[in-house]
Amino acid sequence: MAVSVDEAVSTGPAPDHTPPTRRLGGRGRSVLEVALLTVLAVVMLFPVLWMIETSIKENRDVYAIPAEFFGFTVTLDHYKDVFVSPDGGRSALSVAFLNSVVVAGVSTVLATVLGVPAAWAYSRFAVKARKDQLFFILSTRFMPPVVVVVPIFLMYRQVGLIDSKLGLILIYAAFNVPFTIWMMKGFVDEVPSEYEDAAMLDGYTRLQAFWKFTLPLLVPGIAATAVFALIFSWNEFVFAIFLTSSDNVRTAPPAIAGLIGGTTVDWGLVAAASVVFALPVLVFAYLVRKHLVAGVTLGAVRR
Amino acid sequence: MSDPAPLTTDDPGQVASATPPARGRSRGLSDRGLAVAFISPALLLLLAMSVFPLLWALYLSFTDYSATRGGPAHFLWFGNYTAILTSAQVHQRALTTLIYVIGAVGLQTVLGFAIAYLISRRTHGRGLLTTLFLVPMMLSPVVVGLFWRFMLDAQFGVINSMLGSLGLGQVEWLTRQRTALVSLIVVDTWQWTPFIMLIALAGLTAVPKYLYEAASIDRASEWFRFRNITLPLVWPLLLIAVLFRAIEAFRLFDLVYILTSGGPGVSTETLSFHVYKVAFLGFNTGTASAYGILMVLVVIVLTQFYLRYLNKLKEG
Repeated sequence: MAVSVDEAVSTGPAPDHTPPTRRLGGRGRSVLEVALLTVLAVVMLFPVLWMIETSIKENRDVYAIPAEFFGFTVTLDHYKDVFVSPDGGRSALSVAFLNSVVVAGVSTVLATVLGVPAAWAYSRFAVKARKDQLFFILSTRFMPPVVVVVPIFLMYRQVGLIDSKLGLILIYAAFNVPFTIWMMKGFVDEVPSEYEDAAMLDGYTRLQAFWKFTLPLLVPGIAATAVFALIFSWNEFVFAIFLTSSDNVRTAPPAIAGLIGGTTVDWGLVAAASVVFALPVLVFAYLVRKHLVAGVTLGAVRR
Repeated sequence: MSDPAPLTTDDPGQVASATPPARGRSRGLSDRGLAVAFISPALLLLLAMSVFPLLWALYLSFTDYSATRGGPAHFLWFGNYTAILTSAQVHQRALTTLIYVIGAVGLQTVLGFAIAYLISRRTHGRGLLTTLFLVPMMLSPVVVGLFWRFMLDAQFGVINSMLGSLGLGQVEWLTRQRTALVSLIVVDTWQWTPFIMLIALAGLTAVPKYLYEAASIDRASEWFRFRNITLPLVWPLLLIAVLFRAIEAFRLFDLVYILTSGGPGVSTETLSFHVYKVAFLGFNTGTASAYGILMVLVVIVLTQFYLRYLNKLKEG
């Protein structure tokens, strides 16, 4: 998955990071470090590899005791089961995947459309109590979801948004707006406001200056921010499980979790569904690798 | 950075130019109007989806309302709060949460920093290594939880299988009280070590090289360099990562739900999970709301700390 990624970060820092005056033991230490790193990498990646391996095993190999690492028969049946139901129609899982695409996509667009202009305004104007506003915005993001979900549940029940995609879209957008504002504010800060001033001297209005000069410069930042919002909505589970109940609304995370409801668990299917579900995220994460630090810290820390 | 007086910046560009002003009188929106127009939709959404529910929860927290029973809510005032704060059950959940947060975040920090340090000393394949190490963090907690549940299964789980082939005994990872909490810590560490690693790596690569060069001219030992150059420069960033993780770990829910459902017994029941049980299994909405408000308070205090360090860092 994330294997062809080498050039990404490695080209950055100059290669002579290790000081030249390596005395005695330098080589031995280096070998030890490489060994340690390899062990750690194997440990960290093993679960992922095991998941992929399980997804292509036949059932009797999945439950083999002791576990079979090699020499099992490869099958793609589990992947077929992810998309096709036993009676030939579309499986509930594939419907859930589609729901995830819709919900994550629309909520991301919404958060971007609301968040980017707000970030620009916070960056450019002396808004009243700006710091307090920004802190308030950030704090909504830090609220424990399980706490918010109770009143949201009651509220949605009142207005009929329970078990609807719109309900999920709204709550995801609300959860992503703080992130979008914080991260985008960083990007806007990097664009000199003089560009807009110059444009305004040429007779453009402030709005036109934003639209024609600043916004195009922000496009890479917007893309990165949107991808993070997308990943968050895609992976979200708590709201998804408590605010939806029917198969045609439910997104993928609760649907995948639902696979372990019965007495016997089809782990091969779980693995295959997990792999299919994780693939887009890994692709997206690869696309925004340069902004990872800013993204995972809500843009508060930049590299 | 931003313009000084938002109200008066309106006048300069009135002069005639290639593109004529869009609106006749006052060049469309004033800066202030623009700021309001751009900020208020986002704030409105937050008010509707975060503040309003929270205020509702605050109201409910003073009542004995139950979502299933319905009917009118009776005011208990601080009854729910005192009940929670004096409940032995809650104290135990708080202890579980504390053990989990300290254990998981501590482990992640040590491991994450170690990996970052090792990677930063490599010259080749850094990008590949970094990306590979980051994979766990990108996965959904559902996927992570399910998968570890499978791997930790007492009968056919691969972990026990490997322990067996090493001649070690089998461990009932998720079905024994003590090991269940350990399992939770292990899984959380597996997923979030990359986070600390990523931030630490950002800090490590930002350390100016000339400092090391100067140190090596002075023939400073490796340990001296680490202790006096690397660590002090990376420390603030690492602290932010730790705070961030602590906040996240404190409110952890999904992993517990998937991996152990709080069991066996209540050995892995964190505060978040307990709120869920009170709210959705016990349907004591009022109590759950009070509980939630208390948790939000804790998070707000933590966030304050977080922001304060952030500001210090930016100034420093």
